[in-house]
Amino acid sequence: MTSTAAGNTRTRKPPLDLFQHRLLFVTGKGGVGKTTVAAALGLAASQAGLRTIVCELDSRERIGPAFGVQMRGFEEVELAPDLYAIQIDTQHAIEEYLMLQIKVRPVYDMLFKNRIFDYFAAATPGLAELVSIGKVWELAQADRLTKGASEYDLVIVDAPATGHAIAMLEAPETFRRIARVGPIHRQAGYIQSFMHDPEKTAVLAVATAEEMPVNETVDLRAALKERVNLDIDIAIVNSLEPQFFSEAEIEQIRGAGDSAPVEAAVLQWERSQRQHEQYARLAKDLKRPLVTLPFIYERTIGRTELQTLADMLAEQLAAPLAEAVADIEEDDLEDAG
Amino acid sequence: MDLAQLLDDKLICVCAGSGGVGKTTTSASIAIGMAARGKRVAVLTIDPAKRLADSLGLSELGTDLKEIDPKIFEPFGLEMTGELHAAMLDPKRTFDELIERYAPDHDTYERILDNRIYKELSNAVAGSQEYMAMEKLLELHELGDFDLLVLDTPPSRNALDFLDAPTRLARFIEGRSLRVFLAPGRFGLKLAGRSGSLLFSALKRITGIDLLKDLSEFFANFADMASGFSERAQRVDALLRGSESTFLLICSPEHEPADEAIFLRRKLHEQKLPFGGAIVNKVRRDYFRARKQLDDNLSEQLEARVMENYERQRLLGRRDAEGVERLEKSLGVENVIEVPLFSDDIHGAEGLVHMIDRLFA
Repeated sequence: MTSTAAGNTRTRKPPLDLFQHRLLFVTGKGGVGKTTVAAALGLAASQAGLRTIVCELDSRERIGPAFGVQMRGFEEVELAPDLYAIQIDTQHAIEEYLMLQIKVRPVYDMLFKNRIFDYFAAATPGLAELVSIGKVWELAQADRLTKGASEYDLVIVDAPATGHAIAMLEAPETFRRIARVGPIHRQAGYIQSFMHDPEKTAVLAVATAEEMPVNETVDLRAALKERVNLDIDIAIVNSLEPQFFSEAEIEQIRGAGDSAPVEAAVLQWERSQRQHEQYARLAKDLKRPLVTLPFIYERTIGRTELQTLADMLAEQLAAPLAEAVADIEEDDLEDAG
Repeated sequence: MDLAQLLDDKLICVCAGSGGVGKTTTSASIAIGMAARGKRVAVLTIDPAKRLADSLGLSELGTDLKEIDPKIFEPFGLEMTGELHAAMLDPKRTFDELIERYAPDHDTYERILDNRIYKELSNAVAGSQEYMAMEKLLELHELGDFDLLVLDTPPSRNALDFLDAPTRLARFIEGRSLRVFLAPGRFGLKLAGRSGSLLFSALKRITGIDLLKDLSEFFANFADMASGFSERAQRVDALLRGSESTFLLICSPEHEPADEAIFLRRKLHEQKLPFGGAIVNKVRRDYFRARKQLDDNLSEQLEARVMENYERQRLLGRRDAEGVERLEKSLGVENVIEVPLFSDDIHGAEGLVHMIDRLFA
């Protein structure tokens, strides 16, 4: 890894290994920056020439504002050239699913007017997860079910935190078993086999280099294997503190008296040391390729910051994944700064 | 805010907030802190990621309440005069126990536990955690073994999901609207009237006949128990609204977690749930008014880098201080409890004792 390539690289490069998948599922412990990573990945993919969409799975919109674009809920919105976003909410996902199933407007209207399906959905926990993942699947199809919709080369899911993400990945199999036969069984089966095709779907775990996010990422890998027979393809270590000072320098700085700049330097150094240790632990225990992103000092992460992160991702992902595993050395951390 | 005073006459303390703000660690610290003040405390988590065990420095934490060894905190100067118990709840088991309690007879109990839909849904599905958290809270409260129950809320997509859980539990169990037209009949299912048969064929098209049949059986089995669940949901509701409960909002000074806390504050108000205060974790040091002269023994180059780093850290600290001010204003509270950003996550007994010192300062 060398220092970050500067500027906008708009030339079409051959797609990276990771970007040859159809679907990237981005999860991790709450608060580690999944949305930022999903957006930066989306930017990198779109600039590699892939028509890309990022799906937000909860009601709060966070990706649109970073691009200065007003989101329109369940509608696919263009954020930048070749980059789109959609907010998938349960209500709309259920409505769209029903409309596709029923096709007869009066019957559809009746189901909705009577709020029958609302009751059905409320009475059937897990259905929300199923229709949400169903919509993600639909977006990732070459031949889209949605009328007049265009094909995407890559769908990136800004998924819920680990526990709920696994429940979401389990939903197709759960409903395939529940329904036994019939349309839900069939459709859940399609989704299931798509999600389990390692050529089509990749799982990305985002973590920060801290005790509990590291533990949770290691646990996530085991839980994914056990419950849904998937693996983490890449882990992204986010918000790494740069190493401003060497240990020798910190000793000198400590000698410069009792003042705020000294304290700030020592605190920053301690944090970066702890992160360094946690990073090494993650590399050792997870045994998956790691990619790093630095802590962003700016108040908000906007278009400029996302571009910086996208360039860093593109550069690191350009190295073949197998090499990346062999490459997990301590100096990775320094390079990240 | 004086945490010990606030919690002194409370039976239930619910910790709510968005993910990644240290909710589980804060819940554990509150529980330990109150146990150190002589209370019998139980802390419950529904966390599928074993974070409470991590927080308590344990490798495993079971689904049954387990007393935490007070000796693990002693080396760090914390003496446990009360008792601390902790459990990580298991949705499937809590549900099974509930069915056992409310089933009119053993046959019904076995039939439900055997029902395919029940098997799949009680175990695998997100959302059942919230139902269960509320259920366990009520159960422990009614047992009356503890002075204080601390609940770490699950990391939901929406941090408020758990508040509706009692009602949703009742609605789920009752399946009222579905039962009306899914009454089991001679041919498995029958539906009332013309519109009924239209609806039926529409639903059948979506779900397949088997799923409808299983659902119908499922709800038929629950028919006799529905009132029990519904009544229980109301009791949880009343308990949480009562003066013996309090909700603490946990966040960090960053924009999104703070906004989530403000949003939760409004929701608590709307739902007439008692708000106790806010705890802001991971607050960076504010260097406002700090001495900034350096002794003259660093090279020019190193001094420049020290000052550059200082300027960055100072801005971050300022930003956090502004975040806390904004939070206090929006929440309408005099002061929130601030916990500083440590160099790593709090975990293990020593870290917890540091945190407790800050929380109960």
